[in-house]
Amino acid sequence: MKPAINLRKLIFATLFLILFISSGISFYRSRHLKEPVVLGDGVFEVKKLSDYFPGIKGSINDAKVYVLGQDNAGGSVLILGGSHPEEPAGRLAVWIIIENAQVGRGRVYVIPTANPSASTATRLGGAYPPDYTIKTPWGEQKFRQGDRWSNPLDQWPDPEVYIHYPSRQQLAYMDIRNQNRTWPGRANGTMTEKTCYAMTQLILKEKIDLVIDLHEAELQYPVISTIVAHQKGQDIAAMASMMISGEEGFNIGVEYSPEALRGLSHREIGDHTQAIPLLLETPEPFLDATRGKTDRKLLLTGKDEFVMKAGKHGLLFEKLDENGWPIDVRVGRHLSSIIQILKVWTELHPDRPITMDNVPHFSEVIKNSTGFYLKDPSKAPADRVFYE
Amino acid sequence: MSTLITISYYLMVAFFSVCFIWNFRKSKNWQQELLYLIVLMPFLLRLFRLK
Repeated sequence: MKPAINLRKLIFATLFLILFISSGISFYRSRHLKEPVVLGDGVFEVKKLSDYFPGIKGSINDAKVYVLGQDNAGGSVLILGGSHPEEPAGRLAVWIIIENAQVGRGRVYVIPTANPSASTATRLGGAYPPDYTIKTPWGEQKFRQGDRWSNPLDQWPDPEVYIHYPSRQQLAYMDIRNQNRTWPGRANGTMTEKTCYAMTQLILKEKIDLVIDLHEAELQYPVISTIVAHQKGQDIAAMASMMISGEEGFNIGVEYSPEALRGLSHREIGDHTQAIPLLLETPEPFLDATRGKTDRKLLLTGKDEFVMKAGKHGLLFEKLDENGWPIDVRVGRHLSSIIQILKVWTELHPDRPITMDNVPHFSEVIKNSTGFYLKDPSKAPADRVFYE
Repeated sequence: MSTLITISYYLMVAFFSVCFIWNFRKSKNWQQELLYLIVLMPFLLRLFRLK
């Protein structure tokens, strides 16, 4: 009898080890997937957040800052992708800017992964895919899927209630790991707070005029297809919205940043620095609670029959039809919005101009696809390839 | 404080992992054996900082 039990245990233990090792390798690979960035001719320097706040050196969130343009007499803009890495259109739009843009006047600071830790995890219980691929003329480029919150492996434990600094507003416990709830950050805070503090130091030290934070939203959330503007940036947002509707072929609204909601980039950056913060939202059905299968296809096509059904019941704040919300549409919207915002800024502030060329507009991204604008890292000189 | 809690937490995870393996060895009921292994999985993934 005993040999039979031992044999059974051996079989169970072997099956367990196979499962543990295969899942462990999958999680490890996903967490350590390297995403190549090919520096375009417009990039003059690659800095790190620790150059502005040494307290973040050695942390996974010591994010790279790509600097385009050398004209110190002009204005400066900071563009953030990946504050919430599970919203890929922002990261991809920023990738295209780094690899293609030419900056004439002013300087453009770009952070493609503003919360690197959050890009290494996926939503617990969300059944997210670990990564996704974008088709390009030279093959495919793989990106980490990411989550909304910093990885608990990097920042733990969460408190019972998150008390935002410095307002002391009480927020949901997990939002202590949400980079868009921890602005303006603090030097001796959690890793996510330190990351925001480092970016706040960047904004102050580089005398940034504009901050554009790229996001995506579920269709059942009212803040969607819009520019959320701090009161300092209401005129720019309103004018950019009109220009986009007139010239770019899509509509985008304007919302004002509520003063009572703390920790968000569009509120705290405006209150604590000289910069004007604007937050852009595009629709991402992948994030909707009533979605069906949460796979790569849904992430990239934005097609989901269950979310569409929610729309038929009047539960959505943005339209959704059988065409979905493909990634090219979402990336194109972000790029055109950035182009128009910089145009309006330069018109309103001719003494601090920011001009950026060679960035595709909405219609061009729709026509050519997002992957068309991604560069082949194997063809680029080694010193022009960085990894996120 | 946070570091102290984290270290204590990992020690606790290691302790329970050892308990599950010990119970798996001692058990004579196949359903319990399976249960111990299923419960052990997330503990080990956390202990080795994989998930």
